[in-house]
Amino acid sequence: MSEVARVEEQQIVEDSRPAGRMALLKEFWSYFSENRGAVIGLVFFIGVVLVAVFADFIAPHGPNEQYRDAFLQPPFWQEGGSITFPLGTDAVGRDMFSRLVHGARYSLFIGCVVVTGALLVGVVLGLVAGFFRGRVDTLIMRLMDIILSFPSLLLALVLVAILGPSLTNAMIAIAIVQQPHYVRLTRAAVIGEMSKDYVTAARVIGVRRMRLMFITVLPNCMAPLIVQAALSFSTAILDAAALGFLGLGAQPPTPEWGTMLAEAREFILRAWWVVTLPGLAILLTVLAINLMGDGLRDALDPKLKRS
Amino acid sequence: MFSFILKKIAVILPTFLGVTLIAFTFIRLLPGDPVLLMAGERGMSEERHAALMAEFGFDRPILVQYGSYLKDLFGGDFGTSIITKKPVFEEFMALFPATVELSLCAIFLAVFIGLPAGMIAAVKRGSAFDHVVMTGALTGYSMPIFWWGLLLIIMFSGILGWTPVSGRISLLYFFDSVTGFMLIDSLLSGEKGAFTSALSHLILPSIVLGTIPLAVIARQTRSAMLEVLGEDYVRTARAKGLSPKRVIGLHALRNAMIPVITVIGLQVGVLFAGAILTETIFSWPGIGKWMVDSISRRDYPSVQGGLILIAMIVMIVNLIVDLLYGLINPRIRHTE
Repeated sequence: MSEVARVEEQQIVEDSRPAGRMALLKEFWSYFSENRGAVIGLVFFIGVVLVAVFADFIAPHGPNEQYRDAFLQPPFWQEGGSITFPLGTDAVGRDMFSRLVHGARYSLFIGCVVVTGALLVGVVLGLVAGFFRGRVDTLIMRLMDIILSFPSLLLALVLVAILGPSLTNAMIAIAIVQQPHYVRLTRAAVIGEMSKDYVTAARVIGVRRMRLMFITVLPNCMAPLIVQAALSFSTAILDAAALGFLGLGAQPPTPEWGTMLAEAREFILRAWWVVTLPGLAILLTVLAINLMGDGLRDALDPKLKRS
Repeated sequence: MFSFILKKIAVILPTFLGVTLIAFTFIRLLPGDPVLLMAGERGMSEERHAALMAEFGFDRPILVQYGSYLKDLFGGDFGTSIITKKPVFEEFMALFPATVELSLCAIFLAVFIGLPAGMIAAVKRGSAFDHVVMTGALTGYSMPIFWWGLLLIIMFSGILGWTPVSGRISLLYFFDSVTGFMLIDSLLSGEKGAFTSALSHLILPSIVLGTIPLAVIARQTRSAMLEVLGEDYVRTARAKGLSPKRVIGLHALRNAMIPVITVIGLQVGVLFAGAILTETIFSWPGIGKWMVDSISRRDYPSVQGGLILIAMIVMIVNLIVDLLYGLINPRIRHTE
């Protein structure tokens, strides 16, 4: 089926869809579940969320609890390992499994905070730029161009250097680096919507500007924003881990996966598990979110569909 | 075409000024003033502090300071490193070839694997090959490359012992740098084994740095190809009996290349960001490692100068890509 035919079909389906939230959700799910990868991603992601929520019950030990008689103990299936520390211990005798489980909390927290921050600021700026056009628009968009002309990780790095290395500052820096994408998307969507009849109609009946911006127009611009939110959730986790790895994100002994990797670097040739496992956790979580993001894009935004 | 170029440059100039403003503000946002920063932990007396503030002109109005900062920049003065006392520009230029060499190898790797892989995946859509390529690409795209680098070191340097762990060339070899590119210099030096040594040092970092561009290029090529393959002119070409090779290689590929070239151009920023991590892992003496080291040494003038130089390079490359894009696709240059 060609791209055009598919888009048309989508529109027909949209036009004849029954009203009501449940029906909308149902329709969304039918598109989303077509993509097997997306469903796998979703299931895995829900798993990570559950692990993060119930970390205190799942983890057999405290994340920072040290066992001085068990330094660099291998995972249970290897010689010298024991089931007390199922995935082994790190260089100062902390249980890897417990640290990884608690690390899920940090990664999800980072993703949520960064996406919320970048989304809120980006959407407001994008709405303002798209609504008022003219000088305000030029000013905002130039500012975004400036931010985008730095490689994102570099800018985040320098921002953290100014603010001082900590998890909070890393999250602020990453949110600043990511919000131009939301501004651009919102602005483009708003400009597209502004010429439509329903906006003219709303204006004619005298809807106030704030209401027009946030209640009339914004909901119709959400599809690309949701897709972007999913993708930047995974970028945020990756960037925060990278900053942690460079010593500029979460500080030890925080069980953040990137920071754990940085601490484990010197044992790379002696104890594979301290290096391999945190990275694997990052990779799988990010991969699951990206799979989900692809599915969201296909389901919400047929125009962006990459077949 | 000329007015198209002018328009593009007109857009980039204010952005560049904004970049300089950010770099200028950066050093003033740090706690303490620039002179105190230079003094470091030793500190200094009140009088000496005041004298130095006057000497460097930090007591002037902020706008005047920004003006003279801009003047210095346009004169090629990007500041002086606190640690080495050498001009930042000189330091940058000394390390830059190492980053360029690594980035070029990474992008070549990405293009030479990503392009054909994406193309075949599109042509054989739905096949096992397609699934493998797409899964691989998404995994590569999700890869924390600092971890990927460590894994490769464990595998190829630790277990197999095939490649060295860090640096650009074995310490056994010493020759003058002619081009700054180790691969070329080692060939020119004529020393036996030097080239192989340089190559073996380059392989793992290139793979690591090339992973994300490779994934992006494969995905983009596939989707661009799929779109083009559904177009009427491809159907026409097929209908008039052209061989599939000709249809795909000539008619489809050419048009599918347009978005792919843009994506390749956009990887410059990604490469710089990746170089920061890759160079740190492999102790590769390039710009990325230098930036990280400068930050941890609190050598802020170097950070400031490096920030602006990197932003400049990214902007110039993006401008060139934009112009190339307009050159290949007349529709772009006429509608804008």
